Amino acid sequence: MSDVIVPITQKKDWMSDQEVRWCPGCGDYGILQAVQFLMPELGVAPENTVFISGIGCSSRFPYYMNTYGMHSIHGRAPAIATGVAVARPDLDVWVVTGDGDALSIGGNHLIHALRRNVNLTILLFNNRIYGLTKGQYSPTSEEGKVTKSTPMGSIDHPFNPLAVALGAEASFVARTHDLDRKHMMSVFKAAHDHKGASFVEIYQNCNVFNDAAFDEVTGKHHRAERMIDLVHGQPIRFGAEGQHGVVMGTDGQLRIVDVAEVGEDALLVHDAHRADPGLAFALARLSHDDHSPTPFGIFRSIDRPDYGGQVAAQVMQAGEKKGPGNLASLLRSNGTWTVG
Amino acid sequence: MNPAALKADLHRLEQNGLLIVNSDAFEARDLEKAGYDHNPLHDGSLDTYRLVEIPMTSLTQKATEPLGVKARDAERSKNFFALGLVSWLYSRPVEPTISWIESRFKDLIKESNLAAFKAGFNFGETSELFDHPYEVKPAELTPGEYTNISGNVALAWGLVAAGQLAKLPVFLGSYPITPASDILHELSKHKNFGVRTLQAEDEIAAAGMALGAAFAGHLGVTTTSGPGVALKSEATSLAVSLELPFLLVDIQRGGPSTGLPTKTEAADLNIAMYGRHGEAPLPIVAAYSPANCFDAAIEAARIALKYRTPVILLSDGYLANGSEPWCLPDPATLPDISVPFTTEKNHVNPDGTEEFWPYLRDPETLARPWAIPGTPGLMHRVGGIEKEDGRGDISYTPDNHSKMVHLRAEKVARIANDIPPATITGDADADVVLLGWGSTWAAIDAAVQRTRRAGTKVAWIHLTHLNPLPANLGELLRSFRHVLVPELNMGQLCRIVRAEYLVDAKPVTKVQGLPFTSAELEAAIQETLS
Repeated sequence: MSDVIVPITQKKDWMSDQEVRWCPGCGDYGILQAVQFLMPELGVAPENTVFISGIGCSSRFPYYMNTYGMHSIHGRAPAIATGVAVARPDLDVWVVTGDGDALSIGGNHLIHALRRNVNLTILLFNNRIYGLTKGQYSPTSEEGKVTKSTPMGSIDHPFNPLAVALGAEASFVARTHDLDRKHMMSVFKAAHDHKGASFVEIYQNCNVFNDAAFDEVTGKHHRAERMIDLVHGQPIRFGAEGQHGVVMGTDGQLRIVDVAEVGEDALLVHDAHRADPGLAFALARLSHDDHSPTPFGIFRSIDRPDYGGQVAAQVMQAGEKKGPGNLASLLRSNGTWTVG
Repeated sequence: MNPAALKADLHRLEQNGLLIVNSDAFEARDLEKAGYDHNPLHDGSLDTYRLVEIPMTSLTQKATEPLGVKARDAERSKNFFALGLVSWLYSRPVEPTISWIESRFKDLIKESNLAAFKAGFNFGETSELFDHPYEVKPAELTPGEYTNISGNVALAWGLVAAGQLAKLPVFLGSYPITPASDILHELSKHKNFGVRTLQAEDEIAAAGMALGAAFAGHLGVTTTSGPGVALKSEATSLAVSLELPFLLVDIQRGGPSTGLPTKTEAADLNIAMYGRHGEAPLPIVAAYSPANCFDAAIEAARIALKYRTPVILLSDGYLANGSEPWCLPDPATLPDISVPFTTEKNHVNPDGTEEFWPYLRDPETLARPWAIPGTPGLMHRVGGIEKEDGRGDISYTPDNHSKMVHLRAEKVARIANDIPPATITGDADADVVLLGWGSTWAAIDAAVQRTRRAGTKVAWIHLTHLNPLPANLGELLRSFRHVLVPELNMGQLCRIVRAEYLVDAKPVTKVQGLPFTSAELEAAIQETLS
């Protein structure tokens, strides 16, 4: 059986006529390219696609997509997109947000969209800095970070975006990065195809205000040793020769080991479909800094009824039970009397 | 009356009025709790009233004892004894109350309440404490079919009706808040009308969801009270900029902050008018009675849809929880408020190619096209950044911003031509006119009737549209020597009409969490004329 989709569109059909205005060298260009390359492969039509963003550099994204789109309010994109998705379950609704937009001013809406499992594909461009406002620390900036608003170093403990999403029991959680179009496309496709809320963290470089923030992990010289590719059903191993792996210790902690020492059978086998988010959470927290081995790919993908579908089901159920709404009957529903 | 109630409410009773007290409730401990150092029943302080002392507690106990009701439990039925007594006093039929008790209570409690109610009624009939019963003549109601309706239910039904009349699904995003939550409860029962209700994570999300639904082609509504209006301000400003239909319903309560959440006030006119950043005018509709909340909801939706604008609908705690008999409208007579979605490209370039311009306006209403996702060929982006008039692309051009600010203001101002002119009730040649809005309607109505019956001329204009104001309002107000503006706030409409029309309007204010009494307004009229 084949699930190959015959493209009904081409990349150019998804490009708006607006000039792309991110800073030269910004990681956002790569993400935009990946999305525009991907869209024809999804077999969907631009008129049935909606991109909703909040405020920030990444939130300019909808202007560059030839779809329906809204550049909305700082932090509120998940709420606004929830309105779109619940009103119109027939649409493909994407949310484009950043680390400040999603995790600071909009933290509340993000976690509630995830727990409700609204059918949204949420792309969080994480550059660990406020770019649009020119360089203040963000909720994902590392402790000690010196910025314009933290001249003595940030004392804020950062959020781990995936841990936040998993804490909210998001049904699809993944991580990718702006330097690997192929990886982005595969993760975005899986996120799109997932029914319910999909959350994708994208390591995105801000070359102006926080250059090379992820270089120690995703940079060419470090990738082999520090990027862990999660593949469902496969033992978790990495390194140029696959010589490293991840095991769960008897204390419940995940540890990085040499495969030669423990043997391949001791390695943790990645299971993205586990109902319990605990293991995915542990994987999300495997790396505590910006220069240790870090997992990428799909951490979690489980089936759970999507919110808009359930709302629609209740509307249909009410219609079947009570019949179509009749205004004259409604007005009489609390009892009436007649004045002659 | 018990001592506490006597102390709190005696000032409302006119001299020589009938004062019925439960004499069982005037023990030393009750008096002390109410703050009396002596018994007011015995010190002559009530001599100017017609005092009737009835041992209601013990009579109720005796009436319910044969049923096996314990003395302490019988106390809970004594309100029904009082209700029975008053039913006799005002010659009211007992059947509706009896059937209500039967439907509301069960078993021994039902029997106990029924026994107390009947005992109270019979006590009135057999005792000679009252010289005569009163009979209140039935109100003169227009013939028709009636129901009893509260403001919040009427408003919810008005929203359901608006969806039907607009041929659009209603989408309500709401967060629980007193006294607006009942609208969420009521609407959530009517999913068979295609109504979707979403209890959001907060007020901001509730507004955002409604706006998202509006973008997607639903009638987007959010309901709240004062503090929620503040939180929804940014989304409402975005709705002004996006020029999408959006309904914000504010059931006003005493403020600021938590204020008096269960008491009424109408002090959100300023936030409705001005509570947004930038130049962000929007239409405001105000309901004036519980039943009128139905029509006001339809009218607010009509304006929002036709002009693609956020509209604020003001009600208040008094209307929300108050109820009145409502002569049911024939749904066939309700207005068609549907507007077409745009489905075709609307601009031809010099080279003959066609485009969709999301901000190409209707020349009459200045409304922009409403093209919803799913419509082929009309993909477009909207956003909070200033847009080029017509094309809708981002534009920071100075002249364009000025043009757009003026266009958005003009669009709202032109609605004045699409609402009923202000009308005068009472004497057009009076020296004084009362200018009212919202729930003050009932008190003003009574005050105007009584003043005129007493031989004094008075005029009254009641506003249902607060922005824009009716086109003829300035001219009308200038034709009176005195303009009085009664409001349950510190004079918010009064300042608006003074600024708008340069008339010397005077405020009549009340901020006690209570509605006006007609006596207060009659006094204000007389004071102005004296």
